[in-house]
Amino acid sequence: MSELDKRLSLPVERTSASVRSALPLRAASLKRSRLKENALAYAFLAPSLLLFAVFLFYPLVKSVYLSLHSTDPAGRIAGFTGFDNYSDLFTSGLFVSGIKTTALFALLTVPAGILLALILAVLTHNMLRGKRLFQFAFSLPMVISVGSASVIWKFLFHPTLGMLNYLLEQAGMAPVGWLIDPHWALLSISIMTVWMNLGFNYILLSSGMQGIPDEIYESARIDGAGPLRVFYRITMPLLSPTLFFVLVVSTIGAFQSFGQINILTQGGPMNSTSVFVYSIYQESFINFRFGTGSAQAILLFLVIMLLTLIQFKWVERKVHYQ
Amino acid sequence: MKKFTAGQALSYLVMTAAAVLVLYPVVYSFFMSVMTQSEASAYPPSLFPHALHLANMKEVFRMVPIASFIGNTFFVSAVVMIGQLVTASCAAYAFANMEFKGKGLMFSLFAATMMVPWEVTMIPNYLTVRSLNWLDTYQGLTIPFLATAFGTFMLRQFFLQLPKELFEAAKMDGCGHVRYFLFHMLPLSRPALGTLAVYSFLNMYNSYLWPLLVTNSKPMRTIQIGISMLEFQESTSWNLVFAGITLAILPSLLLLVFGLKQLVRGMAAGALKG
Repeated sequence: MSELDKRLSLPVERTSASVRSALPLRAASLKRSRLKENALAYAFLAPSLLLFAVFLFYPLVKSVYLSLHSTDPAGRIAGFTGFDNYSDLFTSGLFVSGIKTTALFALLTVPAGILLALILAVLTHNMLRGKRLFQFAFSLPMVISVGSASVIWKFLFHPTLGMLNYLLEQAGMAPVGWLIDPHWALLSISIMTVWMNLGFNYILLSSGMQGIPDEIYESARIDGAGPLRVFYRITMPLLSPTLFFVLVVSTIGAFQSFGQINILTQGGPMNSTSVFVYSIYQESFINFRFGTGSAQAILLFLVIMLLTLIQFKWVERKVHYQ
Repeated sequence: MKKFTAGQALSYLVMTAAAVLVLYPVVYSFFMSVMTQSEASAYPPSLFPHALHLANMKEVFRMVPIASFIGNTFFVSAVVMIGQLVTASCAAYAFANMEFKGKGLMFSLFAATMMVPWEVTMIPNYLTVRSLNWLDTYQGLTIPFLATAFGTFMLRQFFLQLPKELFEAAKMDGCGHVRYFLFHMLPLSRPALGTLAVYSFLNMYNSYLWPLLVTNSKPMRTIQIGISMLEFQESTSWNLVFAGITLAILPSLLLLVFGLKQLVRGMAAGALKG
């Protein structure tokens, strides 16, 4: 970034000096103020740009570089391997099943999470009394960190002492091995994740609902529209930009999930919950194979980008911008 | 005057049930945190604590340096919050109020950073931080997160909404960009700054993977890592684990009480209006 600054500030001196002699004074000062504005603008951008350069752009390039090499456990390059890291990933069934697990996890958490938050946001929006109280309750999971939430749910899911199995038993049903049964583990983590993300989705959707002018509702009511009709004809279209944003953000979020899996199941049982980021973590920071870890990270980047592009191309068409 | 109809009564009923379900895990941890060890691990589990066993809190403080965990987390979150407010508001001001060469390119560069999931840069960042000897330091925990493209966008949108005439008038009075930014723009943008502050604080407060990677020693751990370590250490005394969780949750609950309005008001506005 310092280079950019230099390149920018050097011509400032030179041109302003030469321009001053050639042009009338007024034009020269105008030009000088424009150059000054340029330099100032980059000074305003400099802190962000510098940080992005060091902690985002450089690492991105380096991830690509690492993914084409093998490394020793300390992270030093051991040799060039070309696309071996990538082809190894695809030939090992573990990685492919990990992708499937991640996709399934996204399908289990994203639609359910958005739908629940939407229902709750619409219902609280129409409330006359106690609105703040309900808003507080439904936003609450947002401030519970993944660390605390996971430990709480670990005990709720506990096979013998947990509250969930106790309630199942009270209802006359057989207990479930929430986190220890390979058929249930991903679903259990999804339930917990839906709960955890509810706060964020709810706040975003409530915030979007507040942006819809009351007059539109009033005139719809005067025209005799029932609540369902109002929902489909007014709330949904006007809320669709927010819904779209929530969809994009939660899909990305689902592909980035890590904390709850690390604490609750550590990818098990039988790799049934080994999602994308967990396997990056495992490969890089437990097995210390930074090369294959980076290859996975690059693939994660591509998958997320692809999904986001698809959403912008196909879903955004249905979004109604005012 | 609107009347209280049967439909509304039903919706209140549904909402109350939903609220109980959503709140239950949190209430449950509060209950667990005041149970005795035998009560917490008894079967059948008790729905309510039979007695208020507040000694758990003291015991947790004795067992792990939970005060320093919380202190670390608050310090780190505050640093990141202030850093993001400074970098994002500066960059947002340049994008909203200044004309400069390469503005379009710079803007798309910022937009591109939002496309990159943080996990993709995690390995090289870890190696960078390690080579700088920043493992187990506050620099390592905070500096990689001091800039935010999301926050920059949010503030830019807000800055753009402020009337242009204001700047024209200030310029007439001989006010330059720096002074206008510091003394006019920032005070006017308090709602947007507040939203970003709450959002970035919460984000850092709740982050898990990065602190897990770059902290090794107990005194440097953040509360999130501390909590999960607590669970691994003392798997039998769940009441103590939950006492720790309660202590970890309380500060962020307070933050929600004070920040909820900011969040509800500002989140969608910043993220969406283009």
